[in-house]
Amino acid sequence: MGVITLRVNGVELAVPAGSSVLTATRQAGAQVPVLCHLDGLNPIAACRLCLVEIEGSQKLQPACSTEASEGMVVKTDSDQLQHLRRMAVELLFSEGNHVCAFCVASGACELQNVAVAVGMDHSRFPYQYPHRPVDASHHLFSIDHNRCILCSRCVRVCDEIEGAHVWDVANRGGESRIVAGLNQPWGEVESCTSCGKCVDVCPTGAIFHKEDTTAEKHPHAERAQRLRQAREQHQWHHP
Amino acid sequence: MTRTVVIDPVTRIEGHAKISLHLDDQGYLSDARFHVVEYRGFEKFCEGHPYTEMAGITARICGICPVSHLLAAAKTGDKLLAVQIPAAAVNLRRMLNLAQICQSHALSFFHLSSPDFLLGWESDPARRNVFGLMAANPDLARAGIRLRQFGQQILELLGGRKINAAWAVPGGVRTPLSAEAEAWIRERLPEAKATVTLALDLFKKLLDGPLEREQRVFGDFPSLYMGLVGSDGQWEHYDGVLRFVDSTGQVVADGLKEDDYHDFIGEAVEPWSYLKFPYYKPLGYPAGMYRVGPLARLNVCSHIGTPWADKELADMRQRCGAIANSSFAYHQARLVEIVACLEGIEALLNDPETHSPRIRARAHLNQLEAVGVSEAPRGTLFHHYRVDANGLIDRVNLIIATGQNNLAMNRTVAQIAKEYIPGPVGANASIPEALLNRVEAGIRCFDPCLSCSTHAAGQMPLHVQLLGADGELLTERYR
Repeated sequence: MGVITLRVNGVELAVPAGSSVLTATRQAGAQVPVLCHLDGLNPIAACRLCLVEIEGSQKLQPACSTEASEGMVVKTDSDQLQHLRRMAVELLFSEGNHVCAFCVASGACELQNVAVAVGMDHSRFPYQYPHRPVDASHHLFSIDHNRCILCSRCVRVCDEIEGAHVWDVANRGGESRIVAGLNQPWGEVESCTSCGKCVDVCPTGAIFHKEDTTAEKHPHAERAQRLRQAREQHQWHHP
Repeated sequence: MTRTVVIDPVTRIEGHAKISLHLDDQGYLSDARFHVVEYRGFEKFCEGHPYTEMAGITARICGICPVSHLLAAAKTGDKLLAVQIPAAAVNLRRMLNLAQICQSHALSFFHLSSPDFLLGWESDPARRNVFGLMAANPDLARAGIRLRQFGQQILELLGGRKINAAWAVPGGVRTPLSAEAEAWIRERLPEAKATVTLALDLFKKLLDGPLEREQRVFGDFPSLYMGLVGSDGQWEHYDGVLRFVDSTGQVVADGLKEDDYHDFIGEAVEPWSYLKFPYYKPLGYPAGMYRVGPLARLNVCSHIGTPWADKELADMRQRCGAIANSSFAYHQARLVEIVACLEGIEALLNDPETHSPRIRARAHLNQLEAVGVSEAPRGTLFHHYRVDANGLIDRVNLIIATGQNNLAMNRTVAQIAKEYIPGPVGANASIPEALLNRVEAGIRCFDPCLSCSTHAAGQMPLHVQLLGADGELLTERYR
């Protein structure tokens, strides 16, 4: 495997060819916030939090889905980036109904952590207070669309790791939402194996175990990567 | 010409309210009303949420008594699961409630009400508060604050935080009592007991002297009383059955289950207040006025069940009669209940069952409708939920302690105003501040929590209006 060299925040480093800019920034010790990205799942650059400045590019690029290239000069922190990241998080809060006070994921929520990381103390955008339902038709799990940030981790983990493809994103723009099966109640979708991987990787309290109460969710986002590695490297097959 | 005096806001209570005093054509007081001017709407916006969130949501109704809502919600949740929760969970929930009653009563007595008794009704209103108390009697103020801290710290030791812990859950509680928590409680119990001894001694001396008139006119009238009692009629705060007694001590109804609350409690609505007016249904509205809270709990029970508290109860009955009908006796009842709480916490620590690691029953939804009850510091609290087949809330009804005292609070305000405004009030006459303070203090006897009872944020400011017979605003006073 070839190696390419690049500079991140002035740090010269080498990464395997094919690595993402996000991988390079992490290797350089830079703190780049992410929400939709999850190691083990294919990147989709939906949340726009990992935008970085790349010398020679007029546009900001999402680090998760941009491949590192030889001689690239990357900057992960600037006034503009801080401003945009905070704005992105504020917009997430204003478009959903995120109430940490009684949320099942409070204290273990990636959205909460990112809000702290980007220095958000309030939203400058008016809250939309959308009317969104909770689907509690599954016998083990529920999905509360009020807390969904459309990161699509559930869609990808179910498709790429579990192979059941229960989830999809329906509609467009502000009407977009996660749907189960053919826009059915989750409990009626026969392809669901009730494996719980969507609960594990959901960054907020949108998908949760039914019996969990306020602040009781313990996500396991690392499981996606572990499962993929185990499968690809045949870790459980002993010769 | 008729007038109305408005006291707005009412201070040193939890929530927003105003009082209006209505004068007739001759200038005599004809009516007095306690208006709750805030609205919160929890019953409505809980709809559509999973029942598992109700403890977390409803605990946010109040920063003073979140535990009451937590327990009522958790108990309702137990019934939706159709489980019997482990004995250790019952004991730990009981300890949580006792700690909360202790801290809330300490707040009511030391921080909110004692400035009136100790600094005087006519003292400077700017200093008639807990800060004035600190300046005048620093040792007492410190002891009172530390007594409240004792209760608050137990809440944190059990639930992980002092306010709004979602520690009690459908099926039990989340974490057991740690050895460090037990050690801390045992170490601080003697100081807490010494403080309540000090407060009782001080208050009894005041009752025998300067507060004699207040006892007589601060809401002294017959009414029913309701509260939970245990299996042999003893004082209860968590389980048990409901009992109504009248002002003579006659048991009007006994062994009532919370599930049937609709059969014996009606809820009336008046256009001038956001606070509903619950009443005892068989007697109708407003004749079915009843009081809840510390005074009611001590009036409905046969005994408390712990030695020191029983001695204090006997002393109170010696002073007030078997049934205390003056709302001013709420203050003494609070101190007696703090004693009961401290003894109760100690007994729970000594019960080996409390220390079992089995603290939570797990189950799926097995019932679609349930009613849970707990005794909040201010009185009996009902949570009633109906859920759909998936456990999403379809309907919520919350009957809050303060609401149940609404009729009695109105009556108390009227009685005090009539006592202290006996003659006709001239068209341009001003109303002395000390009088308004007594009217407010009548409300404070009940330690109302309006934020809870109307499901509103904020502190408790007072607005008193003096209205003429034709409804014209004659004078008003804000604070």
